[in-house]
Amino acid sequence: MSPIRSCALFLGALLAAVPAWAGVFDPATFTLSNGMQVVVISNRRVPIVSHMVWYKVGAADENPGKSGIAHLLEHLMFKGTPAIPPGEFSKIVARNGGRDNAFTSSDYTGYYQNVAADKLELVMRMEADRMTNLVLGEADFRTERDVVLEERRSRTDNNPAALLGEQMEAALYLNSPYRRPIIGWPDEIAALTLYDALAFYRRWYAPNNAILVVAGDVTAETVRPLAEKYYGGIPRADTPPRARTEEPPHRAERRVTLKDGRVAQPSWSRLYLAPSLGGGARELAYPLEVLADLVGGGATSRLYRSLVVDKGAAAAASAAYDPVAVGQTTFRVAAVPRPGVPLDKLETLIEQELARILKDGFTAEEIERAKARLRASAAYGRDSLHTGAQTLGQALASGVSVEEVESWPERIEAVTPEQVAKAAAALFKPASSVTGLLLPDPAAVPPPGRAAPPPPGRPTKGVH
Amino acid sequence: MLGRIAVLLGLLLFSLPAAAVTVEKVTSASGIEAWLVRDHSNPIIAMEVAFRGGAAHDPAAKSGLAGMMAALLDEGAGPHDSQAFQQILEDKVISLGFNAGRDSFAGHLKTLSENKDTAFDLFRLALSQPRFDKEPVERIRGQLLAGLMRESQDPNAQASRRFFEVAFAGHAYARSPRGTLESVKAIQVADLRALAKAQLIRDRLVVGVVGDISPEELARRLDAVFGALPASGPLGVIPDVDAAPPAGLAVIPKDNPQTLALFGLPGLRRNDPDWYAAYVVNYVLGGGGFSSRLTEEVREKRGLAYSVTSYLMPFAHSGLIVGSVATENSRFPESVRLIKEEFRRMQGEGPSEKELADAKTYLNGSFPLSQDSTAAIAGLLVQMQVDKLGIDFLDRRAAMISAVSLEDARRAARRLLDPDALSFVAVGKPAQ
Repeated sequence: MSPIRSCALFLGALLAAVPAWAGVFDPATFTLSNGMQVVVISNRRVPIVSHMVWYKVGAADENPGKSGIAHLLEHLMFKGTPAIPPGEFSKIVARNGGRDNAFTSSDYTGYYQNVAADKLELVMRMEADRMTNLVLGEADFRTERDVVLEERRSRTDNNPAALLGEQMEAALYLNSPYRRPIIGWPDEIAALTLYDALAFYRRWYAPNNAILVVAGDVTAETVRPLAEKYYGGIPRADTPPRARTEEPPHRAERRVTLKDGRVAQPSWSRLYLAPSLGGGARELAYPLEVLADLVGGGATSRLYRSLVVDKGAAAAASAAYDPVAVGQTTFRVAAVPRPGVPLDKLETLIEQELARILKDGFTAEEIERAKARLRASAAYGRDSLHTGAQTLGQALASGVSVEEVESWPERIEAVTPEQVAKAAAALFKPASSVTGLLLPDPAAVPPPGRAAPPPPGRPTKGVH
Repeated sequence: MLGRIAVLLGLLLFSLPAAAVTVEKVTSASGIEAWLVRDHSNPIIAMEVAFRGGAAHDPAAKSGLAGMMAALLDEGAGPHDSQAFQQILEDKVISLGFNAGRDSFAGHLKTLSENKDTAFDLFRLALSQPRFDKEPVERIRGQLLAGLMRESQDPNAQASRRFFEVAFAGHAYARSPRGTLESVKAIQVADLRALAKAQLIRDRLVVGVVGDISPEELARRLDAVFGALPASGPLGVIPDVDAAPPAGLAVIPKDNPQTLALFGLPGLRRNDPDWYAAYVVNYVLGGGGFSSRLTEEVREKRGLAYSVTSYLMPFAHSGLIVGSVATENSRFPESVRLIKEEFRRMQGEGPSEKELADAKTYLNGSFPLSQDSTAAIAGLLVQMQVDKLGIDFLDRRAAMISAVSLEDARRAARRLLDPDALSFVAVGKPAQ
């Protein structure tokens, strides 16, 4: 799982189910008396269920100075309650033949267990228990904070490309909390306290701020009594509204260059500030999905065809956009040069291609093809039990309704060439972008033995 | 999105409930065989295939050849040049691709039922009439080279490459299936054409299909898709080899704040009589996520790593037990010490009765969980054939795991988990 903002899952790529049936996932939904939303997606192929609880809180809801607390709390949620001793949660799930995990994004935090259908009640009881009964000790807290610091080193500090990505987001967002890395800044993680974790937990973890998603060999009729029994009795809390500072007008294009002795392969990327379904000009969200597909969605996209195939300047070129977010989000364009092609030349070629898109737009046929592709891709979503659970959970936790997800194919179908042109014009503004260059550091002295591994058969240096 | 656990579990190759599916053997008129699981719940068909052979057969000076061919089979075939081929795939939302492992060359296809004629025909063309036009050849070469450059930034990939180099010194397994900058540059179109003729042979083919298709139709499609391939052909010999990773710690210096290490020992081939005993033991040692001893000691008790794991890695001609850990440079030696200690403890005592029982419960109970998609099941059908597990494997698997006794587990642990033989390849600046 990669540490990118608002999740590595793109609504378009994930959406399931052909328009042959009414909706996309055809979920059943209801709300408990304490305000907890429930989504049930029946998929009877195998006698298993995926049980997920999504909290409408993420790294973007942290107080300044406390970056990383949403994610650290996610780890600490496995540290026990009066009923479940520290460290036992996952072991109990495993002893019942299940797998569990959790994840944190800017806008949401999720917990899930995949189990045989007859274990649903067990995991629901445990998940409901830790919604209000978490008990944390100082020793467990400190150990887990160390684990998270190691996680940060693995994901980010050991990885120059990830370090650059972090710098780019901090440079793009002037005021949005999305400027902070989800995992947190290292010094702030190290200074987080047990009190911070418990305060965040009490502030945000409540049934009225959570969504239950159950997918698999279940029906709404079987889930409802269990949900009422285990979650329904948890009192509603006075959860604050999600206060999000938004972006002021962007007036200056930004460039971020990371030179690092560990870099061997240079790369180029750019983030444009983009509206989402939750923030900014939301009517542009679906046209932007179509635009992302046309610009850099695959092997026949404009950037790939031009830079990678025709001009032979890039090894890779892509565009990515995920419309599901609470606030304004990013549209990412990226390219990797072929050996010997400098980044400034690559950037010029990308600029030319984007300028051509702005000037000439796309043909009606190109747009129809992209739309047909996107809609057809939805047909695969029902192939996997988890796609619907992920997509609906992410959407609801980000303030996007079930109806919106279910009507995704029609909303894509309704996108017009004029809307795509308007979205491109609104998007591709240098002043609301950051360009990131990842470069080797010629001044860095490579440590001995780093560049060339020894040929097979020769003993390795340093074996003792 | 940040996850709590990067690698939840080690090698859980098989996850399919015996009760949930029926595997049928389908044989075409010309004798091509496939294993099929019919599933009409969605209008989707997934096919996975493998040809025995693979990157281990690459010439040393052209290592990466099979991988380069894999990347090029969908870049133009028959009447379609690269862009035309890709355009059809995109317009029909067909997923089609190939991949070269050390022991086999794999292909996959996934299509909506309404596009199946096109999908199977493109698969046929990719296998039997690849074009290897100059533009895609040079483009893919550029991508492979960029990938190798990027790989040299990745501690995990660096450590893995070195581990195989030293564990299999002098053997084909020492070479990365991705080759080297030099070897990928040396590959010619003639090499690719020759390999396609030599590798894509019917008597090395296994096929797994899942989804919205009848046995009768599949039989016809098998002949249509694979009928044009040569029925048989010579295959180079890869000798069996005992992995011999050198004991001790080798360091690849890198200016990272955290040291990543792969560690390992000689392991088992898939057909070893101790396979299931070792599988269960490894779950307890390092394969079981938060239930494993390594995670308990290294992560949960001391916060020394985000992920510490071990898994069995079987090959056609050898086997490894491999694990990984990443710890801040100054504390790295403590992780090494703890890992050795846990190998020592497991080798000496084996798992407890309770650990053994819990492991069996998990390994059997979690079996259905990965049966999450048609492609996953099709991949399982292929693996079952490659590993010669038998078409009734799904019905027998639970019993084989349940049959592992405490004595079996102790024997496997004694045989395999010698702490003093552990080989560590570390990337970083570890404290001494």
